[in-house]
Amino acid sequence: MTRGHLLRNILRVAFLCLVASFVLAPMVATVLGGFKSNAEIRTNAFALPASWNWEFYGSIVADPAFWRYLGNSMLISSVAVVLTLIVGAAAAYVFAQIKFFGSRMLFSYLLLGLMFPFATAILPLFIKVRDVGLLDTWWAVILPQTAFSLSLAILLFRTFFEQLPKELFEAAYIDGCGYVRFFWRFTLPLSAPILATVGVFVFVQSWNNFLLPLVVLNSREVFTWPLGMMQFRGEYVTEWNRTLAFVTLTLVPAIVFFLAAQKYIVAGLTGGAVKG
Amino acid sequence: MATAAASRRLPASERLRRSLGNGRVSAVLILLPPALILFTLFVILPLGESGYYSFFNWNGYGAPTDFVGLENYQRIAGHSIFHKAVGNTVKIVAVSLLFQMPLALVLALLIFRKTPTNAVFRLIFFLPYILAEVAAGLIWSFVFDGNYGVTASIAQSLGMDSIFILADRDWAFVAVMTVIVWKYFGFHMMIYIAALQSVPEDLIEAGRIEGAKRLQIVRYVQIPHIKPAIIVSAFFAIIGALQVFDVIIPLTNGGPSNQTHTIVTYLYTFGLTRLNIGFGSAVGVILFVAAITVAVFYQRFFMKGDKA
Repeated sequence: MTRGHLLRNILRVAFLCLVASFVLAPMVATVLGGFKSNAEIRTNAFALPASWNWEFYGSIVADPAFWRYLGNSMLISSVAVVLTLIVGAAAAYVFAQIKFFGSRMLFSYLLLGLMFPFATAILPLFIKVRDVGLLDTWWAVILPQTAFSLSLAILLFRTFFEQLPKELFEAAYIDGCGYVRFFWRFTLPLSAPILATVGVFVFVQSWNNFLLPLVVLNSREVFTWPLGMMQFRGEYVTEWNRTLAFVTLTLVPAIVFFLAAQKYIVAGLTGGAVKG
Repeated sequence: MATAAASRRLPASERLRRSLGNGRVSAVLILLPPALILFTLFVILPLGESGYYSFFNWNGYGAPTDFVGLENYQRIAGHSIFHKAVGNTVKIVAVSLLFQMPLALVLALLIFRKTPTNAVFRLIFFLPYILAEVAAGLIWSFVFDGNYGVTASIAQSLGMDSIFILADRDWAFVAVMTVIVWKYFGFHMMIYIAALQSVPEDLIEAGRIEGAKRLQIVRYVQIPHIKPAIIVSAFFAIIGALQVFDVIIPLTNGGPSNQTHTIVTYLYTFGLTRLNIGFGSAVGVILFVAAITVAVFYQRFFMKGDKA
């Protein structure tokens, strides 16, 4: 290696470390802040705490409301994922396997959801949810979320289903297997990778969603964790250490989940984006 | 009766029987409607209702009766805070295109090769993207808090007075844009990395043998090769800018004095929290038209060649 090469490499790593510190500094300050007194946060947000004070983390972990928020979010996101996968895959299967009059039109119709932001229809959605009596229930979040996830799910599923070997269906058909059974018995089990990709994508979107729950949920019993977190922040407005501990505890599941599902998250994101 | 009819008109019914037999028709009738119903009820119908409600002055109770024509649109068009919100959205797009995407591209070029160190950096840079936007907003509202936050520590160590960036009319939105860059540059970077990894190594090698400098390879081999990815990421940046909401609420909630609204926070603040359903719906329609215009325009001018 020449000296020029070495120098360039040092510069490269220095630049990367600079950006990495810009990324990590706020998160580190947040995690550490949960251990400090407010006076200490005030004088030095970055330093390690003078004494590691577990009180604030402890009080949140001991608070049943915290677990209820997480539980509500988990339930909503899980149901939204299952619904999106089943309903979306079923529709995509029809578009991939069966040619019928109007199928192209219906396919384009279902892709319309890719064209515009969710917020566009939020007010009529609020009115509708209220009028059918779903306000303040989990379904008020689950159903619209599923409906809005369908477009991308159907697009990705159809592409995948079309690449499954056609001979498989012909063989199954000769053995007397119909379309619906084939869908359950073969298509779904063979599509695990794309189901995982879409599932992870929908789960993350639902887990992090803020606007929809904010509009349709009112009582703390049904709050998702982002709403619970904002509520908490409002209650302890001057006590940053408590809020920071709360935020940290919600970051943990997100990061663990990301590390576990990294492959699918990155695949879903870049695959969907690049193939467009 | 069915069998009698069937025996008389055999060809047609035989065809029907066969297609029912392998479940073709019933498959369509069973598998397709759930998606169509859900999508129509919760996506298309509300969209149509947005258009309808936007012609009324309506607080959401009872039926909309107070027809006002285009008055809601006129009020929006003349509302200085809406102008501010649109201006802010344009600023986000500009920062994304001129700063965030180049940064993401440089980083992608530096770490796209599969080495352990690069994997660690990739992970770190992508981390903000996986956090919920509300959490990101809350973290940064702490950073910018003039009494307690990181900026407070810095100001104190420099012996300056506390700075309240988020309460400053001129600087609050700069802070918001900082958070947006922090949150999303990793997303764009990942798109570029995936594309860069598909550039054939021989091409780069060939350039090197012919004596091309590093920057020339970037300029004439790598960037042209990942152009589709750059076009797509720019599209995400623009559509994303139209939707910014979650980050703003914990940071500034649109303030100070309504300086940091985006279109969606404007819709939320002036439409929903005040129960001006007609007015808010009109904002929704404008947002819809903006998004569709961007999508159609983009497809026509940038994406056409790539589809082939």
